[in-house]
Amino acid sequence: MLKTDIAIIGAGPAGLNAAISAAAMGAKVLLLDRDDRAGGQLIKQTHKFFGSRELHASLRGIDIASLLLARVREFDNIDFRLGATVLGYYEDGVITAEYRGNFLKIKADRYVIATGASEKILPFPNNDLPGVYGAGAVQTLTNVYGVLPGKRVIMVGSGNIGLIVSYQLLQAGVQVAGIVEAAPGIGGYLVHAAKIRRAGVPIYTSHTIKEAYGDSSVQGAVIWQLDEKWQPLNGTEKDIEADVICIAVGLTPLTELLWQAGCQMKYVPQLGGHVNLRDENLMTSVPGIYVAGDVSGVEEASAAMLEGKLAGLAAAKSLGYSIENYDELWQQAISQLDGLRSGPAGEKIRSGLKMLVR
Amino acid sequence: MLTKTGVPTAQELDRVTPTRHRLEQGPVAIIECFQQIPCNPCFLSCKQGAIQEFSDINDLPVLDDSKCTGCGICIANCPGLAIFVVDYSYSPDEGLVKLPYEFLPVPEIDAQVDALDREGRIAGKGRVVKVQRFKGQERTPVVWLAVPKDLVMSVRNIKVGGQSHAR
Repeated sequence: MLKTDIAIIGAGPAGLNAAISAAAMGAKVLLLDRDDRAGGQLIKQTHKFFGSRELHASLRGIDIASLLLARVREFDNIDFRLGATVLGYYEDGVITAEYRGNFLKIKADRYVIATGASEKILPFPNNDLPGVYGAGAVQTLTNVYGVLPGKRVIMVGSGNIGLIVSYQLLQAGVQVAGIVEAAPGIGGYLVHAAKIRRAGVPIYTSHTIKEAYGDSSVQGAVIWQLDEKWQPLNGTEKDIEADVICIAVGLTPLTELLWQAGCQMKYVPQLGGHVNLRDENLMTSVPGIYVAGDVSGVEEASAAMLEGKLAGLAAAKSLGYSIENYDELWQQAISQLDGLRSGPAGEKIRSGLKMLVR
Repeated sequence: MLTKTGVPTAQELDRVTPTRHRLEQGPVAIIECFQQIPCNPCFLSCKQGAIQEFSDINDLPVLDDSKCTGCGICIANCPGLAIFVVDYSYSPDEGLVKLPYEFLPVPEIDAQVDALDREGRIAGKGRVVKVQRFKGQERTPVVWLAVPKDLVMSVRNIKVGGQSHAR
């Protein structure tokens, strides 16, 4: 049995920050991630981040991942294991993991669950044809492995992921035939939209995909317009040729471990699905289990980093560890989070979080 | 409408465009940022103090164009690539547009390139005068493009070597 003060599951923006904050207070940390590289989704983000300087604004996600990883490596009290897939949470407070062919049993006094989110899929005829991808898969192929998904892409969804992945595909030399968005307005940041519009990519708002077609793989799709009640309008069909259909219609939190641990959950559509109740320290209804990042509500990575800091600080403090300026650090993270969520772009998140604070 | 099309309207652009008088005096930034999002690197990067300090990180940037020298450091630092510098004083018949360009190949000096408008349509030809790289933001080169004066306000992108990025 592997014993530690704090086990952190997931080494994305939230988990890395949680590890750094907790380790800085002296806690013994075990940081686990199933991937072979640290950083979670950060390593696919070649665009520059928004936010403030403290949150690494103007830096690219991949560079932020390197910075955080270097910081993690500075701590002797962080045991960082990549390729470690956590399998389950048991009622005696033990988690199990598969790690390089071995079965690990881990008992930590505190857990920070920072498992992130997974992509939603969209039902339409022939969505099982080869060539239909999730946007995350396209980003992984293109930005991590340098493999193009195809030659010409239809992007479905105009949230920040749809817009950013379209831009990245253009940079990689792939044509983007258009972005299809069911809502009447663009979902993501309008500066991202403007960037791809001036590269000549059309955005079809109030449109959805009617069907994909192709013999053995995607050869194109038919899109059509939606009325104000989101009903498709006959006669508005447009045929778009493409060999890739990229689905970017949102994320849903990866909450399996929270369910297994018996955390109180609530369905909050604004945050992507079922998420846990939490207190201001990001502790769930199960004492000793904390959350940070998309697993507790889908937001931008900047928010995940701050939540990681908070959860790491609070978990370490609850074990009796301390740091001189704890209150200042905690308050700083809280006010930066408030800042990120305070504008019109944070309205959805704010309304969702209201339903969750214990 | 911007939220429907991704292209700012004439009214929105009017709000961020300096007076004719200021434009004719020389280089000045145009901040095409119309949506409140949590972001402030433009303010932090400006060494002239021309971008008003944000009281809330979600504020829209406010430019004091009397302080702006058109240096372009904000172009490379804006995460949204939403800032451009225009210079009507460049030459008697040409104006300059400085724009962020994150595509390969980066154009050569003196290259003739297609000058694109905000919808990616070819508006005319432009000549690359300079490619500027700011420290720490080397991967967002700022391309100085000389275009006929009547295109200065509409050209916001380039197409290099006939390479098509879309459609």
